[in-house]
Amino acid sequence: MFVARVIFLCLALLLTGSASAQELKIAAASDLNGPMQKVAATFTKQTGVQLKFSFGSSGNFFAEIRNGAPFDVFLSADRSYPETLDQSGKTDDAPATYALGKLVLWVSNRVPGNLSSKNLDFLNSAGVHKIAIANPDHAPYGRAAVAAMVHFKVYDQVKSKLVMGENISQTAQFAQSGNAEVALIALSLALTDSMKKSGRYVIVPTESYPPLYQAAVVLRSSQYKQQAHRFVEFLRSPAGQKIMLEYGFEAPTVARAR
Amino acid sequence: MNWQAMALTAELASLASLILMLVGIPLALWLAYSRRSWKFLAESVVALPIVLPPTVMGFYLLFAFGSDSEFGRWYQHITGSTLAFTFKGLVIASVLYSLPFAINPMVAGFRSVDQKLVAAARTLGASKFKVYSQVVLPLAWPSVVTGLVLSFAHSVGEFGVVLMVGGNISGTTRTLSIDIYDQVEALNYHSANLTALTLLVFSSLLLCIVYGLNQKLLVWGSR
Repeated sequence: MFVARVIFLCLALLLTGSASAQELKIAAASDLNGPMQKVAATFTKQTGVQLKFSFGSSGNFFAEIRNGAPFDVFLSADRSYPETLDQSGKTDDAPATYALGKLVLWVSNRVPGNLSSKNLDFLNSAGVHKIAIANPDHAPYGRAAVAAMVHFKVYDQVKSKLVMGENISQTAQFAQSGNAEVALIALSLALTDSMKKSGRYVIVPTESYPPLYQAAVVLRSSQYKQQAHRFVEFLRSPAGQKIMLEYGFEAPTVARAR
Repeated sequence: MNWQAMALTAELASLASLILMLVGIPLALWLAYSRRSWKFLAESVVALPIVLPPTVMGFYLLFAFGSDSEFGRWYQHITGSTLAFTFKGLVIASVLYSLPFAINPMVAGFRSVDQKLVAAARTLGASKFKVYSQVVLPLAWPSVVTGLVLSFAHSVGEFGVVLMVGGNISGTTRTLSIDIYDQVEALNYHSANLTALTLLVFSSLLLCIVYGLNQKLLVWGSR
């Protein structure tokens, strides 16, 4: 009798689970960790659609999606990955730019000295032994970091100090755990409580690296395309943009005009 | 094929398995023969890496290496550098991670040595050390080889811990398993396949040698 009841309960749970399956699976670049909780809360309240996030490097998701990963929406930290997916017919429509990311130079409290907002000379300071960046092979922020270091002509000098995180969150974590004194990370991550507590940051001049326009696509394989498009629209709406601004992103006005 | 990563991985695995032999043989002897009531605790700790996800170990190692921990500060004070993102750090991680793969076969081998021989040697006046080095080890050498080979192979295959504390530095911490991951990420499937296939063949051969050796010795022993 007891067993039957348990089975019945499990079945009931399963059924209710599938009945309210209004749930979007979203692959999101790691720099979105901060804003997405708030975005999700607001969006779910408005529409009743639940959002389930996976965070990682954009390149990683790109490879997964190309191989059929069952996501509904892909929020990349750049435009090229969504564009390539679009060209290979994996998306429902063209990529929509939803944010402009910013690169910052983050320095641990253990290393003294003033940060300049004009260059990256600080990377050559005596107290800097390890510089954490995201892996430029598959993380857009890693590419931006390398471009900025090349632009300010410090790359060759500091090359041997570079350590690479799998994605931009792991890069921040290398620095936050006290293993690297300096990190080139996303502003959105530098604004988190733990990073603010253990260090300080300065925004890297935006002309030193190609702009980090971040684009979203709804995937062709999605079963909830209507809701997925609604989510991307919400992200680009004034309400969505306000949250993004709060968490260190800029509105992609230039990109939208393009 | 990334030869640099291959050489690095071979060096890492050789060093780790050699250190494991130095530390592991005495530890395995103790585990095999000690009658202490708290031995089960030591056995549990040694076996932990088998059941723990590599991420747990990587996470704690990263924080232990960092300058916020006592150990990290102490090490930095003495050597002037940190352990994360260094080859030394990876060696430490590999030794910890492969510990049970070295110890477990050896303990089993030492325990299966006929205790009458050990007792006979003792009554003839041999010291404990002499018994271990001249009776137990020569009789149980296949299990020592098994421990050596398995810990080497396991160190070659280590991925999660290296990913978390390595920092992916070419020539220092980019091992073969990380290189394969990078190749897949960068969509270089051909090159990833080449490295992966090499590792697959290598690991299969190694395991065939280990099991082949053990089987042969067992068959001979029973004759």
